[in-house]
Amino acid sequence: MTHLNELTLAEARDGLKAKDFSATDLAKAHLSAIEAARGLNAYLLETPDRALQMAGVADAKIASGEARPLEGLPLGVKDLFCTHGVATTAGSKILEGFQPHYESAVTHNLWRDGAVMLGKLNLDEFAMGSSNETSAYGDVVSPWRRAGSETKLVPGGSSGGSAAAVAAHLCLGATATDTGGSIRQPAAFTGTVGIKPTYGRCSRWGTVAYASSLDQAGPIARTVRDCAILLGSMSGADARDTTCADLAVPDFEAAVARGVKGLTIGIPKEYRVEGMSAEIQALWDKGAAMLKDAGATIREISLPHTRYALPAYYIVAPAEASSNLARYDGVRYGLRVPGKDIAGMYENTRAAGFGREVKRRIMIGTYVLSAGYYDAYYVRAQKIRTLIKRDFEEAYASGIDAILTPATPSAAFGIGEKGSGDPVEMYLQDVFTITVNMAGLPGISVPAGLDAQGLPLGLQLIGRPFDEETLFAAAQVIETAAGRTQLPKAWWA
Amino acid sequence: MTVAVNPKKLIKGGLHDWEVVIGMEIHAQVTSRSKLFSGASTEFGGEPNDHVSLVDAAMPGMLPVINEECVAQAVRTGLGLKARINHRSVFDRKNYFYPDLPQGYQISQFKDPIVGEGEVLVDLPEGETITVGIERLHLEQDAGKSLHDQNPTQSFVDLNRSGVALMEIVSRPDLRSSEEARAYVTKLRTILRYLGTCDGDMEKGSLRADVNVSVRKPGEPLGTRCEIKNVNSIRFIGQAIEVEARRQIAIIEDGGTISQETRLFDPGKGETRSMRSKEEAHDYRYFPDPDLLPLEFDQAYVDSLAEGLPELPDAKKARFIESYGLSPYDAGVLIAERSSADYFEAVAKGRDGKAAANWVINELFGRLNKEGKDIETSPVSATQLGAIVDLIGEGVISGKIAKDLFEIVWSEGGDPRALVESRGMKQVTDTGAIEAAVDEIIAKNPDKVQQAKEKPTLLGWFVGQTMKATGGKANPAAVNALLKAKLGIE
Repeated sequence: MTHLNELTLAEARDGLKAKDFSATDLAKAHLSAIEAARGLNAYLLETPDRALQMAGVADAKIASGEARPLEGLPLGVKDLFCTHGVATTAGSKILEGFQPHYESAVTHNLWRDGAVMLGKLNLDEFAMGSSNETSAYGDVVSPWRRAGSETKLVPGGSSGGSAAAVAAHLCLGATATDTGGSIRQPAAFTGTVGIKPTYGRCSRWGTVAYASSLDQAGPIARTVRDCAILLGSMSGADARDTTCADLAVPDFEAAVARGVKGLTIGIPKEYRVEGMSAEIQALWDKGAAMLKDAGATIREISLPHTRYALPAYYIVAPAEASSNLARYDGVRYGLRVPGKDIAGMYENTRAAGFGREVKRRIMIGTYVLSAGYYDAYYVRAQKIRTLIKRDFEEAYASGIDAILTPATPSAAFGIGEKGSGDPVEMYLQDVFTITVNMAGLPGISVPAGLDAQGLPLGLQLIGRPFDEETLFAAAQVIETAAGRTQLPKAWWA
Repeated sequence: MTVAVNPKKLIKGGLHDWEVVIGMEIHAQVTSRSKLFSGASTEFGGEPNDHVSLVDAAMPGMLPVINEECVAQAVRTGLGLKARINHRSVFDRKNYFYPDLPQGYQISQFKDPIVGEGEVLVDLPEGETITVGIERLHLEQDAGKSLHDQNPTQSFVDLNRSGVALMEIVSRPDLRSSEEARAYVTKLRTILRYLGTCDGDMEKGSLRADVNVSVRKPGEPLGTRCEIKNVNSIRFIGQAIEVEARRQIAIIEDGGTISQETRLFDPGKGETRSMRSKEEAHDYRYFPDPDLLPLEFDQAYVDSLAEGLPELPDAKKARFIESYGLSPYDAGVLIAERSSADYFEAVAKGRDGKAAANWVINELFGRLNKEGKDIETSPVSATQLGAIVDLIGEGVISGKIAKDLFEIVWSEGGDPRALVESRGMKQVTDTGAIEAAVDEIIAKNPDKVQQAKEKPTLLGWFVGQTMKATGGKANPAAVNALLKAKLGIE
């Protein structure tokens, strides 16, 4: 029999319902897997007591026939979501010791539906990074290794802990966030499924902000169906976040089996970037063929402003971040390093509390918002953003239902291999995903095969605003056609 | 708008006359139960940090949600300033570090304020009326308070005010003297209090002014201005302008130049001091707050608020002059506070408006001022004062007795009409009784009677004696007529 932690979330749900095992058994299986996998550094904080307590409640609910949608299903939480009474760090030293007195809207919704919290997952500091190497609490090691190699690989980022934990069976699914690709890129690197829903689908209340106009929560899980189940619980209207859409949550799980017959899938020619590897191109073609075989029409489209998305993102996101991170000043919570006066305290605290990448983005953001530079950078970047959004609108208006692209330019790379000299090398990781955030659209990353070294590669589907259902349907077609990724054996245990 | 140079308002320098040019930014605390972007109470006072929500303390992941009542209050104020209401406005972040600014930015409105251009009519004591242009009104958050006197080595922070809604009302540089500036703030405060959008309580900091002052020779372009920050009384506003204008004139006449800077007024020393120069000015890095959608509403919303507005001071003043025959001065005094105007109208209703105004302004206000009371705590109600006015009108009491009656009502209370009865204060109109008193006085003073025939002004003495004899209750008109007849004076 498979270990309980190797079930999919849907299988575990059915098993609990059938009383094949208890929520406590399920939690314990995960807790021991987590303990054995500490070398991956996926969890920043394990909360076994809370997990067992929640599992106990779940078992009682199941016994009394009052099971809620996610009853007893153990999840990991990216440490960007504030959790009541449980330390929340955002992967930063500056929030060391911070214990929120409130629960983020997204995690609140999960616990409301009966899910069990296993702990807090590692991430790039303040979600700024594409490899989980900027975390103040150490790199996350991917459970994947190249065939015949012991080189430690990155799980991607910023939701690196979430992706690694899901791939290594350290939870059935995990919360994650995506500002420029932080759900989809690590999902692609780890052979898991991740969806960034439409901006406004999930409330941002209680999630530590990186770039407010781009940040959006979503799940990472091992199957398309599992993602659909989780997103259904995570999303929903919230009056506390005025950017959160006042829309009913569709039955995402029901959409998974819908198929793609009659849909038109766009292939944007601008995503065929210079230097794209033949492997990625082949994967992309293979994905298109899978959708075509399932009854979709494939059509080449143009999204002409794609090439400006990355530079515009690296103006908008740091600008917002420079302001969002101003509250970490040592006055009210988190780290405080004394100084000779108030300015000295600020400087010392922020110098010690923030890592290199965070400082870099705060400085970029401060610069682009400065008097004399605002129009040249921030205003122009916003204009580009409008143009990018219009590109997509025109494509959808022309009858396109979803757009297929590669999720990443390559498979996972080794820890320390990229970005140590030129940060742009790392920024290019998000070249396919960033446009989706700039336009506020939903995007899903689904495994579609392995590269020559045996590492997973993902494809991305981009949808119309608030049409995650079509993405689940199309992603399921790819998952079925490509076959579920065989996740790595536990070499770390 | 251009303002004509008024030679009377120029300041005499050592070398020439100078015109002072003043513009103001008034920060008015919005009257609302909760803060601009959080549900925390706006109540004044309380223990430090009693009224602080997670949003006000800028805890990680907290988001602002606009308080609709504050929006309505800003629109009402815009309507009261006859200003353009912008159906779409944007909240921006004004970024700077300060311990009492927990977010590290103030949410304000920069490029697209909720209210655009308007105007305020300001009456000056000499009867002149000036029009002061309003450039804009925007909503913004107040900061908290740093307390430097609680601990020898550390400052404490009180966030009770953090996030409270303010309206910043920016005037055009249309003011030409400290007197005009004081009159403008007074008028603006009156309008806000009428609207109920700001209590105007300067002692509690509900109304603060940043005053921009520059000087120039009449007819020349605007001089370099200095901004005097956070002046918190109307008197200090006047003083600050006077000393700042004279400081600038002295520098220029000495051959110097004014450098643009922010200054503070020290009322104790009667001087302004440099706070920071233009070079030290913050770069606030304004940008639209991505946590908040643009604020949008339609004309129907504005119309519904307009319908609920009270009669405003200018309209009320015009009506008082028109309907009650009051002088502009008296009307102006009565409308200065909505409660005074309401009181006056309650007294004047169905009575002689001028008589009512006299009693309210001269007797009641005089007495209230003397006792340091305001109209809301007046011991004499409008109904009581109205009864006194009626008693005079009906000839039941004389004006002199009425003052005594007012004193009794003031200190003891009671129904004036009943008091007149019970205390025998009724005016004697019975000619027989008066005649008896007159006859007696004439009989006792034959010499004076003789003199009076040559010197008719002696009539006054006889009137006085008669009033004394009747305990002041004789009808003065009747006394006069009788005496004239008996003394043969015409």
